[in-house]
Amino acid sequence: MADVLAVDRLTVALPPGSDRDHAVEDVSLKVGAGEIVCVVGESGSGKSVTAFTVMGLLPREVKPVGGSILLEGEELLSATPRRMRELRGARMAMIFQEPMTALNPVKTIGDQIEETLTVHTNMSSAERRARALETVEAVHLPDPQRILNAYPHQLSGGQRQRAMIAGALVLDPALLIADEPTTALDVTTQAQILKLVAELRARRGTGVLFITHDFGVVAEIAHRVVVMQKGRVVEQGPADDVLNRPQHSYTQMLIGAVPSLTPPARAPLDASPVVLQTKNLCKTYASGGLFQKKHVTRAAQNVTIDVRRGETVGIVGESGSGKSTVARCVARLIDPTSGEIAIDGVDYAKASERVLRPQRKRMQIVFQDPYRSLNPRRTVARSLIEAPVNFGMGEQAALSRARDLLALVGLSPSALDRYPHQFSGGQRQRICIARALMVEPEVLIADEAVSALDVSVQAQVLKLLDDVRARFHLALLFITHDLRVAAQICDRIVVMQKGTVVEQGATAEIFAAPQHPYTKALFAAAPGKHIGSKVTA
Amino acid sequence: MSAEPAPSIAIAPKRKSAFLSEPAILIPSVVLGLLVLVALFAPFLGTIDPTQFDPTLRNKLPGHVGTVRALDGTETPFVYRMGTDNLGRDIYSRVIYGTRISLIVGALVALVSTILGLTIGLVAGYVRWLDGFVMRIMDGLMAIPPILLAIALVSLSRAGLVAVIIAIAVPDIPRVVRLVRAVVLSIREEPYVEAAITAGTPTPTLLVRHILPNCIAPLIVQATFVCASAILVESILSFLGVGLPPEEPSWGNIMAAGRQYFRIFPHNILFPGIFIAATVLCVNVLGDALRDRLDPKLRKRV
Repeated sequence: MADVLAVDRLTVALPPGSDRDHAVEDVSLKVGAGEIVCVVGESGSGKSVTAFTVMGLLPREVKPVGGSILLEGEELLSATPRRMRELRGARMAMIFQEPMTALNPVKTIGDQIEETLTVHTNMSSAERRARALETVEAVHLPDPQRILNAYPHQLSGGQRQRAMIAGALVLDPALLIADEPTTALDVTTQAQILKLVAELRARRGTGVLFITHDFGVVAEIAHRVVVMQKGRVVEQGPADDVLNRPQHSYTQMLIGAVPSLTPPARAPLDASPVVLQTKNLCKTYASGGLFQKKHVTRAAQNVTIDVRRGETVGIVGESGSGKSTVARCVARLIDPTSGEIAIDGVDYAKASERVLRPQRKRMQIVFQDPYRSLNPRRTVARSLIEAPVNFGMGEQAALSRARDLLALVGLSPSALDRYPHQFSGGQRQRICIARALMVEPEVLIADEAVSALDVSVQAQVLKLLDDVRARFHLALLFITHDLRVAAQICDRIVVMQKGTVVEQGATAEIFAAPQHPYTKALFAAAPGKHIGSKVTA
Repeated sequence: MSAEPAPSIAIAPKRKSAFLSEPAILIPSVVLGLLVLVALFAPFLGTIDPTQFDPTLRNKLPGHVGTVRALDGTETPFVYRMGTDNLGRDIYSRVIYGTRISLIVGALVALVSTILGLTIGLVAGYVRWLDGFVMRIMDGLMAIPPILLAIALVSLSRAGLVAVIIAIAVPDIPRVVRLVRAVVLSIREEPYVEAAITAGTPTPTLLVRHILPNCIAPLIVQATFVCASAILVESILSFLGVGLPPEEPSWGNIMAAGRQYFRIFPHNILFPGIFIAATVLCVNVLGDALRDRLDPKLRKRV
């Protein structure tokens, strides 16, 4: 197998004053024709920098200082900008994580695909149109003629990513670089895109450099795997070897941290009382008004969920399923349209803010994005004591409680006087959990609380959530799109689709024998089913 | 459970001292500082009463040597550095005293419109049901040409400094409101604001504690532009004869008085014109430089 891409001892320097000298150091990897090579690593591992260096898309401040990159035997690091332009699109192409921002919103899909042909070939307009149509058919987009005339916002996320792939492959490049192409997509869409990439590779013999953080995806499509950590390659080899017999301790740790899709046995719940109860909860959004047609969106319909004390109930579903709407209604960050939400039998679905405020300490929430969950201008101490002081606790008492809780979540009390930007994402999420616990809530809502974290940190935060749930006997409402995470932490699971609950039951039962077709489709789409380990057991 | 390693992202060192070493901030600051001193110490800068007129000394050229008659009839020699106007008033004294009026108008208009705009903007951005109502009023205000609105407001009361300041500030308020509302609308969606809501923080505290600090930087920038435009509008109103009473030494009034003769005696308009141009230029340059410094979106990223 001829090498399409050969990266040899590549070193890329970062500008002075960065946290390390080199973005990547001594990176060597090869991609053969018709081969899928996955580069995996956590954030900051240098995997994207490697891809951008190959494409010649690095920012001006970041420079390759050593090594070589050969594309079909041609050196890229010394290529002129003009030559790089000829190669990009024709011999190598790239697709990105977020197809909405990677496509130009004011040009049709057809125009964008044809642009590559206009730049690189002398085809007539009719030939270009025919070629674009052919490519769009090849990526299995429905109604190709209509797609060519559509604008990006008229397509779904999966369709946009297909259109991106069509644009990248229109000139049959030897190398396709995919930078986390499925990370922003729902799991069922992801499965389709992965299938498409594998199929196109087999049919056209394209070499694929696939960058991802998700070992499930790696297990699904990779021929060979390159594991990167802090800018260096720590391990590479055939997928089977790396995934099943990892040699390097970092690879072992990464794979060990991937939650398994098989739920662990959980201690059976005693007959604890139901704390949180929603009954026929509905939330509809009406847009439009005076000048536009009324448009009603049903974000949640007749959602009925119980959570017992000490129990973790997971709400899983894809984007737009209404799972976050339910969480935000329960926290009363948005007002439900109808239905009941009760803690200990006291309905607060329609309570006014004045009546509600004293009740707020009973339900606390941890959000997805640890970088935006803490006010950047306030010290950790002031963020932590805000709630208890609001509810009438003395400042000194609140501070001493904050110290205890920081210790509980694994941070030193010195963290109190520091600002959020001085902490990593995982540490901030610990602070957010501590903040939620400050008022001794009965219900803790975790809205995608571990989704933004690297897999190794994710495992630790999951364990912490499970620990505090057991310790404080909390009712934990856990919102996630990630079946692996749900399998590990939830006692019961509620599956939502398009605003309605389609199935709910004990985690083990649902994972063993899903009943609803949507649940079955969700499980079937989960990549890399056999890998992963138990986090909490 | 073990704590995670220290954060790997190095924190860029803060460089406060570099703030004043930037020429775009330093030079206008120094010039404006000098103008403030001039305004404060106007009586000690070799000036005479700016309203005193002398029919024998009309339309004298700059550098004219004449005498000044005091109230008790004694006469002292005096150099009219910038000449005199058509009523024989000393233009130098009027320009120096005019600095006071222009700076007071600029600063107070900026203060009044910022405070009112901030309050209205916070409420409109946060209280959803008030938003439509408040913003339509603001749209209505913005639809009226600001100068015409100011003229209308001045004519409602007796012309005076307070009336002029209010008349200039009111048309500027909608611009500040829009700015603050936009910031509030984006910040209120931040999870840390939602966390504060679930923490039971009362709404006024929430606004002041979590949302207001994000408005300060864009407001400072906006305030400088309001200040510059207020100085100009005051001159325009005075020039049109609807601002301060004509005997008040404002730069606009000096130019209004000199307008009819400026082909023969251009010094009537030249000197106050230089002062207005310099002041407004400095305030605008300072505002631009502050925006580059304070707006994180414009800051260069690596």
